[in-house]
Amino acid sequence: MSVIFVVLPLALVIVSAAVFAFVWSARSGQFDDLETPAVRMLHDDAPTSGPRVP
Amino acid sequence: MVVDALLIAPSGADLACSHCGLAVPPGLLDAHSTEQFCCAGCHTAFGILHSHGLDQYYRFAERREAPVHTSGRKYEEFDHPSFEQLYVTTTSDGLSRTELYLEGVHCSSCVWLVERMPLLVPGVARTDLDVRRSLAVVEWDLSAVLLSTIAQSLDALGYPPHPFRGVVRDAMRKREDRAMLVRIGVAGAIAINVMLASLALYSGSVNGMDPQFERFFRWVCFVVIVPTFVWPGRVFFAGAWAALRTRSLHMDLPIAIALAAGLVRGAINTVRDHGPVYFDGLAVLIFALLVGRFLQQRGQRMAADAAELLHAVAPSSARIVEDDVVRTVPAEALLPGMVMDVRAGESFAADGVVIQGRSAVNAALLTGESRPTSIAEGATVFAGTLNVEAPLRVRVDEAGESSRIAKLLRQVEESARRRAPVVQLANRMAGIFVGVVLTLAIVVFAVGMTVAPERALDNAIALLIVTCPCALALATPLAITVAVGRAAGRGMLVKGGDALELLAKPGTLVLDKTGTLTEGRTAVVAWVGAEWVQPFVLALEEGSSHPLADGFRRAWPEMQTPSVINATHVSGGGMVGTIDGHVVRVGSPAFVRDGISVSAGEPDGSLVGAINAIDRTLTPVHVAVDGVLVAGAGLGDRIRDDALVSLQQLRARGWRTIILSGDASDVVASVGHTLGFRADELVAAASPEDKLAFVESLKAKGPVVMVGDGVNDAAAIAAATVGIGVHGGAEACLATADIYLARPGLGALVELTDGAQRTMRVIKRNIAFSIGYNIIGAGLAAIGLLTPLIAAILMPTSSITVVLGSWYSHTFARSGRREQHA
Repeated sequence: MSVIFVVLPLALVIVSAAVFAFVWSARSGQFDDLETPAVRMLHDDAPTSGPRVP
Repeated sequence: MVVDALLIAPSGADLACSHCGLAVPPGLLDAHSTEQFCCAGCHTAFGILHSHGLDQYYRFAERREAPVHTSGRKYEEFDHPSFEQLYVTTTSDGLSRTELYLEGVHCSSCVWLVERMPLLVPGVARTDLDVRRSLAVVEWDLSAVLLSTIAQSLDALGYPPHPFRGVVRDAMRKREDRAMLVRIGVAGAIAINVMLASLALYSGSVNGMDPQFERFFRWVCFVVIVPTFVWPGRVFFAGAWAALRTRSLHMDLPIAIALAAGLVRGAINTVRDHGPVYFDGLAVLIFALLVGRFLQQRGQRMAADAAELLHAVAPSSARIVEDDVVRTVPAEALLPGMVMDVRAGESFAADGVVIQGRSAVNAALLTGESRPTSIAEGATVFAGTLNVEAPLRVRVDEAGESSRIAKLLRQVEESARRRAPVVQLANRMAGIFVGVVLTLAIVVFAVGMTVAPERALDNAIALLIVTCPCALALATPLAITVAVGRAAGRGMLVKGGDALELLAKPGTLVLDKTGTLTEGRTAVVAWVGAEWVQPFVLALEEGSSHPLADGFRRAWPEMQTPSVINATHVSGGGMVGTIDGHVVRVGSPAFVRDGISVSAGEPDGSLVGAINAIDRTLTPVHVAVDGVLVAGAGLGDRIRDDALVSLQQLRARGWRTIILSGDASDVVASVGHTLGFRADELVAAASPEDKLAFVESLKAKGPVVMVGDGVNDAAAIAAATVGIGVHGGAEACLATADIYLARPGLGALVELTDGAQRTMRVIKRNIAFSIGYNIIGAGLAAIGLLTPLIAAILMPTSSITVVLGSWYSHTFARSGRREQHA
């Protein structure tokens, strides 16, 4: 009984987890707009001057 | 701050606008302020940002460099119940939600600003901007704030909003896109893992392998590949089944046959533990085919998107008068019997009868007639046409679906639906292909049975798999995707690949006149007489919304104008006013003649002759100063600069050109003569219905390409073999056209036909390549030399050849290189 009989099915389980993660992210719309989020992450700082607005 | 502004001012001497960074005109300089603005819009926007502590906006390196453009509208129609019913949905947490198309979105700072709306307008819960499509999702608390308030704020910051009409279709498309992406991802993951396991099998077959491992790896491959057949690969079986049921031939059919044969044979060989399995080839095949299909769809989407956004920009509101109160309602809320108030320069939102006022109407959208016609009380006006001169009150007769324009649009849809689908080259090939491959497989099997019965079935199946039309199915979509993408970069939006296929062969080219061959707007074409009165004319016309005034403004954009005293507009006549102590009259010949005094002396005879000799197809405008006729102008629709050259090039390529216009025959004859059309190539005074009939009758004789810009062309465009909408065209026309030229001029038309021809050459080359590979593969399989390893190499090689061949083909010039070559 070689180690391959254990490792390979294990690898397939990990792959299916990755596929599941991809399917979930695609279905929840994370690939709908590939441009704006890249820009948006640069903006997330709160304004540093002037009155803070809640 | 002033010092800063001085340092960053482009010219050194000018001050830069604190908001947009452009130079501040000298007249607007405010010596007492640290902030300078180039226009009132920028001033307002700066004030809003500053008072809300959003000065951070000015620290973005990439900022809009354009003055704030606002519409200044109140957006009352956004609060109307019928607007709500159409565009607003409710989210699960009780907020209202809508999508707005924003004008003026350019860059990352716009994303930042628009998404700060919850800070600027209390009651807004969320604004998300999709910067590529300029679409903002807005969620707000209906009890705290009105949508019109949000719209006004967006407008004040320089993003005039418009309702987005495609919300339902958009949601559907999003679902489709996600499903497709999931399919590609799953197929890709499976293909890679099957390939890894197969690698072990291949190296095992070369170096020797313990049978228990070989059996194990085969089973692993088999278990992993089944999901790709039942999930992503199902689309091919569904397509093949649909093709069989409708008795039509589709590329899915040979693909499904190869996939099924390969899977069944592989499964049998796995179970009986002997013979080749082709699982890696099959898994990659499904992945590659899905990618090809995705590319094809995306190219078509991009062009459709562009047309969709143009849809959203159309005005969608009207002002109605009820008990002497004027209020704005969405066009959908209009009912027969209501009274509309239509200002000069606005379009009618419904069909109706004028009950008060006299004006001129430009019906070019509906009829193609480029000259405005005068109307008075009792005249019928149609939705979509433009009120040119003076305010009108109109009683609504037919609104919405029953208006003339809506009926015309329905006709357009119908003829678009009737259009016989073009049998694509690839699908024609599929028919021949299935027959040849199936016959070959049977022959190989039959011959094999007599020579070597134990290998006959394996050889036949190997042949089926290796000839799977992977490259053939990719050949057309890839070449067309690349061509469509490049064409889009050059300002030509192609909605369907079959349009390129049809444009490759010369046929009959039918062109609309107004807006297609000509610029579609009034310009000063001729000027006779004294030039020193030109500033006077411009000064008088400057405040007028009349299209002729527009023509003068465009003719002399840089001219300085003197100030006018007592400027008066005489409806249907012209303008009169006092400039530098001189009484200046500008207008129709009759109007100017009325003001000519006998005591001022005889006018110059040669001047009068010259003025009267101006081309009669132009609209004449005369100018008199202190009662003496001093100049005359001819205004008309100017022919596009590149029209003659482009037409000559098209004719040289074998196209037959015809003008099909709704305009009067003298105007059409004049334009046709200038552009070298023969008399039998001119059709004038054609109604939209005539145009449709004309194109249909021509189509009986051969392929017809219709080029137009107006709603009056839309039905003909939809009926033509290929319909092309030109820059600045009406939305109905863009929606039905197969191709939309997003840059002005007819030069794009020449480039389009040339590019289409080259695209067809690339497609044919791709098909030749993939058939060549298939012949080699089939030959090897038939004589039993094809091992799974050779098949695994041969199949991707043919696909890669096709991909590279398409990518490096010169179909349309790449937009990036355009400047260098130009």
